[in-house]
Amino acid sequence: MPTMNIIEAVRSALQIQMRADPRVVVLGEDIGKFGGVFRATSGLYDEFGADRVIDTPLAEAGIVGTAIGMALYGLRPVPEIQFGDFIYPAFDQIVNELAKFRYRSGGQYTCPVVIRTPVGGGIRGGHYHSQSPEALFIHTPGLKVVAPSNPYDAKGLLLAAMRQNDPVLFLEPKRIYRASKGEVPDTEYTLELGKAAIVRAGTQVTLVAWSGMVTIAEEAARLAEQAGISAEVIDLRTLLPFDIDALIASTQKTGRVVIVHEAPRTCGFGAELIASIQERAMAYLEAPILRVTGFDTPFPYSLEHEYLPNADRVMAAIRQTLEW
Amino acid sequence: MVAVPANEKDDLRRVLDENGAPLPGARIPSISDATLSRMFEVMLLTRIIDDRMSRLARDGGAAFYRKSIGEAASHFAAAPLRDSDWVFPSYREHGVWLWRGYSLQQYVDQLLGNAGDPSKGRQTPTHHAARWLNLVSISSPVGTQIPQATGAAYAARAQGKDDVVMTFFGEAATSTGEFHVGMNFAAVWKAPCVFVCRSNGWTGARRGAGRTFAYKALGYGMPGVRVDGNDALAVWQVASEAIDRARGGGGPTRIEALTYRIQGHTSSGDPALYRKEDPPENEPESPAAWQRRDPLRRLRGYLQHRALWSTAWEAEIAERCAQQVSDALAAAEDKPAPAVETLFDDVYEQLPWHLREQRAELLALPRTSPRPSSSIDPSTAPVSADPGEPR
Repeated sequence: MPTMNIIEAVRSALQIQMRADPRVVVLGEDIGKFGGVFRATSGLYDEFGADRVIDTPLAEAGIVGTAIGMALYGLRPVPEIQFGDFIYPAFDQIVNELAKFRYRSGGQYTCPVVIRTPVGGGIRGGHYHSQSPEALFIHTPGLKVVAPSNPYDAKGLLLAAMRQNDPVLFLEPKRIYRASKGEVPDTEYTLELGKAAIVRAGTQVTLVAWSGMVTIAEEAARLAEQAGISAEVIDLRTLLPFDIDALIASTQKTGRVVIVHEAPRTCGFGAELIASIQERAMAYLEAPILRVTGFDTPFPYSLEHEYLPNADRVMAAIRQTLEW
Repeated sequence: MVAVPANEKDDLRRVLDENGAPLPGARIPSISDATLSRMFEVMLLTRIIDDRMSRLARDGGAAFYRKSIGEAASHFAAAPLRDSDWVFPSYREHGVWLWRGYSLQQYVDQLLGNAGDPSKGRQTPTHHAARWLNLVSISSPVGTQIPQATGAAYAARAQGKDDVVMTFFGEAATSTGEFHVGMNFAAVWKAPCVFVCRSNGWTGARRGAGRTFAYKALGYGMPGVRVDGNDALAVWQVASEAIDRARGGGGPTRIEALTYRIQGHTSSGDPALYRKEDPPENEPESPAAWQRRDPLRRLRGYLQHRALWSTAWEAEIAERCAQQVSDALAAAEDKPAPAVETLFDDVYEQLPWHLREQRAELLALPRTSPRPSSSIDPSTAPVSADPGEPR
């Protein structure tokens, strides 16, 4: 089985689906001949041509707005927003239009659009190349939000996203775009949306993470193991709808939960997870559910290493929940 | 307000004079007698609906209503389209819906948000959707449909079809980012799209500082044409040319239909709060002058000119339309609100766990209010900073 990084896995998924379904088009800024700023669409222009690998003018509201119109008419567009930080000009098109067409038309119109965008810090990108905006979109009825952490999941989830009929925001962890490598089949496969993965089994505490924070949680779990603590790591993979059953099952087993995310803490997705877990598993909890997150500041440039959750901070939270 | 400075009027396309007689030397579009008669009937029906529904809204029978009185000829830009062509409307092209075959009953059911609404009571009045007519679901934020129309036009061509996409918007939309984005993408892609701006004279300060909206099209390398938006024949003619051009691979066109809405934005609110003082009666842009250019009156005049009109014929249509409206309202009275279970349908293709859970939670509660949707009255809602009322 070949080894791929996340970029290669994404490209493989796009290529497979574009070969399988002539309705699939990709569009975005410099995604054609240039292959995209991270090269995710590299080679697609040569294989599929300018009509299906569409270089757009620089305007995110136009990229998403035209993708909506394409989908209404019958195409299956996969727009790329160059950085998650640039998605806000398209916010209205995503939350008020893309996510609402099915509902507001009484099911007459559907928008099968998959928006791909890289998110997260750790690349010395400063405020405008590092944000994790997932909570804004998880709060949007009608949208699905997917956030893989590794190449295998990225390919299987992207193929699944392109083969269902609801709009999806597909968040890719840019810090580990190339650093995360693993065995990925050349052939097609899908992973069901809405299902978490237990990436490490444990008994004393549950670590919940997604996207770029899964590797941090795994690193913390190894630190915990050295300290004689058995930590389970859940990669949520899909954030909306999220896998409540996996969270409750693990909570019932460990009784302790630490949630790790890069985005700011207040109203971050961790808050929703805590609420949902305690509503259903209060009797199993041995300690308050803790969060290790980015801070409630704009994303910093020089001090990003202080801002981003790391294994030591997660380890401190693990100890805190065990000693409570 | 003055919609267009007098010195820019020369390029305005017109076919009919104020009484509906062909202007000397004007090219008359070739429209069959049957089509002309139907145009008149739809225009008359639109006016009757506008009148009846705004009265219904004032009496509390509907939440509110958005009138189009005075602008009805501009809707006929959609008339030369084929059935397979698509339209992305704003919320004020009522004639487009009726022209394409949306039934009066569906129209009324949507206004009332009852179980007969094709959109299942999901949106406020005049936000229709009709997939079977290629009429796209309407949104309230102004201008959002413009890049969407461009995308649909791109998709039509990419799929090897020769469908054309038309989108409508008011002149206020030309100040939005999405107007420029949609126009620019369409021009770059040479998308088979026709952009129809209804300049109805109501934008005031929301308008830009530029001269006319058709000029904005020039900036994108797109032909822009200005037409007398109260002249149904001229509207038909410029739309036909733009549609043919788009279908033939010539790219998008921008049409500015100069018209005048005779009444305010919705059935609630006071237009005097945001509309400049009207010019005196003898001025060309006064309400009285626009009343003289009333699109229905002019089309009637043209039908008379073609010997297609009689008092009895119009009276028969008016009576029939009024009766249809009454029948539709009576039928709507018997229709319940959408079933409570449907609240959770169509958020996604399938119901995810959290919506299943919330649905069960709601269904377990005792039902108290049978028709909450018709009790919303924007006139009693808190006043926003913008007196332009709910969009």
